[in-house]
Amino acid sequence: MKKDMNTQNRQLPEEVRINYGPKKKFITVCAGTGCRASGSLKVKETLEAEVKKQGINIEVLATGCFGFCEKGPLVVIHPDKYFYQQVKVEDVPEIVSKTVIKGEVISRLLYRHPDTKKTLFREEDLPFYKKQLRVVFGQNGMIDPTRIEDYFAIDGYQALAKVLSEMTPEDVISEVKKAGLRGRGGGGFPTAIKWEGVRKAHGEPKYVIANGDEGDPGAYMDRSLMEGNPHSVIEGMIIGAYAVGAHEGYIYVRNEYPLAVTHLSLAIETARENGLLGENILGTDFSFDIRINKGAGAFVCGESSALFASIEGRAGEPRAKYVHAVERGLWDKPTALNNVETWANVPLIINKGADWYASIGTEGSKGTKIFSLVGKIRNTGLIEVPMGTTLYEIIYDMGGGIPNDRKFKAVQTGGPSGGCIPERLLDLPVDFDRLTEVGSMMGSGGMIVMDESSCMVDVAKYFTTFLQEESCGKCVPCREGVRRMREILEDICTGKGKEGDVALLEKIATGVADGSLCALGGSAPNPVLSTIKYFREEYDAHIREHRCPAGVCKALITYSIDPEKCTGCGLCVKVCPTQATSGEKKKPHKIDNEKCTRCGACIESCKFDAITVK
Amino acid sequence: MVNLIIDGKNVKADKNMMVLEAARSAGIDIPTLCVHESVSRSGACRLCVVEIKKGSRTRIVTSCLYPVEEGLVVDTKTERVQNVRRLVLELLLARCPESDVLWKMAKEMGVEPQTRFAVDTDKGKCILCRSCVRVCEEIVGVSAIGLFNRGSHKAVGTPFMEKSDVCIGCGACVYVCPTGHIEMTSAGDKRKIWGRTFKMQACEKCGKYFAPIDQLKYISKKTGTPLKEMMICTNCR
Repeated sequence: MKKDMNTQNRQLPEEVRINYGPKKKFITVCAGTGCRASGSLKVKETLEAEVKKQGINIEVLATGCFGFCEKGPLVVIHPDKYFYQQVKVEDVPEIVSKTVIKGEVISRLLYRHPDTKKTLFREEDLPFYKKQLRVVFGQNGMIDPTRIEDYFAIDGYQALAKVLSEMTPEDVISEVKKAGLRGRGGGGFPTAIKWEGVRKAHGEPKYVIANGDEGDPGAYMDRSLMEGNPHSVIEGMIIGAYAVGAHEGYIYVRNEYPLAVTHLSLAIETARENGLLGENILGTDFSFDIRINKGAGAFVCGESSALFASIEGRAGEPRAKYVHAVERGLWDKPTALNNVETWANVPLIINKGADWYASIGTEGSKGTKIFSLVGKIRNTGLIEVPMGTTLYEIIYDMGGGIPNDRKFKAVQTGGPSGGCIPERLLDLPVDFDRLTEVGSMMGSGGMIVMDESSCMVDVAKYFTTFLQEESCGKCVPCREGVRRMREILEDICTGKGKEGDVALLEKIATGVADGSLCALGGSAPNPVLSTIKYFREEYDAHIREHRCPAGVCKALITYSIDPEKCTGCGLCVKVCPTQATSGEKKKPHKIDNEKCTRCGACIESCKFDAITVK
Repeated sequence: MVNLIIDGKNVKADKNMMVLEAARSAGIDIPTLCVHESVSRSGACRLCVVEIKKGSRTRIVTSCLYPVEEGLVVDTKTERVQNVRRLVLELLLARCPESDVLWKMAKEMGVEPQTRFAVDTDKGKCILCRSCVRVCEEIVGVSAIGLFNRGSHKAVGTPFMEKSDVCIGCGACVYVCPTGHIEMTSAGDKRKIWGRTFKMQACEKCGKYFAPIDQLKYISKKTGTPLKEMMICTNCR
């Protein structure tokens, strides 16, 4: 790139900027997939109709995900920023007549602190949000992702304008290097080093790719970014392309994310219309364009070489990567492949500066990380925290702890091939290196919380089954080894475990980790190894005593009714699908274990805790 | 030429060689199943893994795909390497218990079958090395067979396991298969393979049936040689 460009052309058109001044009244409704599922679009439509009916001129925005999915649909009334949760269509007239017109708050719709019982007015008051640092994800809730103007209004594409007018590609790389950005997709590879490699590599054309093949069960950070703020990903990619010298880019996104595909497509189109993609971006001699490649939802296609194969139109199978993708990636050309979240961090670094960015996080892991918090946790949702935040803060302060007065048991980080971390390590600061040290990994940021009602052998079996199904089947250790581990875990869970099984599992696990062709196989044994490491006694109880301490493995448990507690109300008889419960009214009931399928319906229904599992 | 050290031995190798060739040229044996000289390499069987050392870090790599480097230190028989190979053989023996090739290899490496694994009965002798798929695509050029399904359900066959229109019955897949999984039977002027029966051409000189007519037609079309010039077997030519 030459530096003699006319800076005049590189400013964004002034007229497209909207002023979201502090006094402007507007309403935002979360329209992420989670809130949509709980009916937020209907709420938005009703709000629009209602303000019209009541004759008020106020805009209702369907925005990206707010993060607090547990309490959706979420609605925020600006400028007071009243944070309404679990809003129903029926609440809408009152919201408009009271809050919008008179500025009165409706306390029933506010979040109530579970301990202090105080109602909290604004997002920043909620314990879920208080300790978060939402620099990448926070803008989601302020913009309509289908309108590029909204992105302009939050300084969108300013980073690109700055890069194209003031910085050389080398400047960009050194800024990203100084910021200490590491890949958010799991590996944590330093982004600037990757870019430098691509820039220096021989071979044309060069490519940049956004990996949006998020496939971990329970993880949806990337989806929410692509849905909620697609331009941030695109802007990051354009800057990256400028830095490495690429003119073509791909966003690889799974077809199961239809809203993400729609919003990305629209964003690409409008970016083109505004001269931000295509030939001569912002009037410079830099040209770059992006295409979307829809994946068919194979977990393994998140692996770089399988992803390339998939884009190239072949089966998504990894290959040996002894020549790195920075030299030979897509179509054997130099390729910078980064995760969606990594790309979304790039404009932020340029806008706010590397020093600011590097001041967040830990020594080796800079910036923030978005996690999806799911499982046995009060506040399900997406959080963004500075690297180095402890697991305890995430699970208890933001997550609100474990529901139903149960005890925490473990948290699985890093997706299916991550590891399960026990209670005693909850003070662990979460960053790339510390998670690896304890046998798990950052992965893309999924966190599944488990409580005392989770059986760790069953959990290992669940993840191993997932990995067996998602293994591409190319190499022997992963295809056959993961399957054999699953079979042994199945045996252990059904009381057919044998003495020596744990040692055999460890042996297979080590061989699979060492011998597999790609990272999927390389990390596939993590669930097995980490549960053995931290919950060995549960394996032993299953194998030696034919007992499932958590009361999960159906073949190893029996249900019984405590005659002291049973009042004979008969509710368990009504709910039992196999007629296993019986008894006379007002007299203690019984369970026929021959008929009982251990479905748990009776336990759920019993109001007197009379049903016990052993 | 580059210099590397394999099992403590100084080895000189052509710079285009893979570690596997370099080792074999120095008389160091590395077992393989999916390597065949006629086809490109996939690294699927994992038997040829070796441990390389760079600085203080060691790493397991696939020797059939790892290019030689100046100063590379390779160990082909470390405990870690042997453990991977033993596991691979145990896993394959449970998958393909009828394969003599695997039993022979296991015996040579002192590997006993793992009795904890339930033996498969539906996989035949196929270890999914994919040499057959590659020869059909890369050498023959018809891609009559391919891989389908994923993970432990992966298998080789014609599309939808139906009779293939493009198969020419050449038997190249049978030739490259390391375990003898692919069945090809010949009787009189008929050859059966992949569920299809091919009519064979008799040699105009010796009368022996030597190739499927479909194959001769395919070669004729591809090379431009008139079909009638191809009616003599290679022995009589």
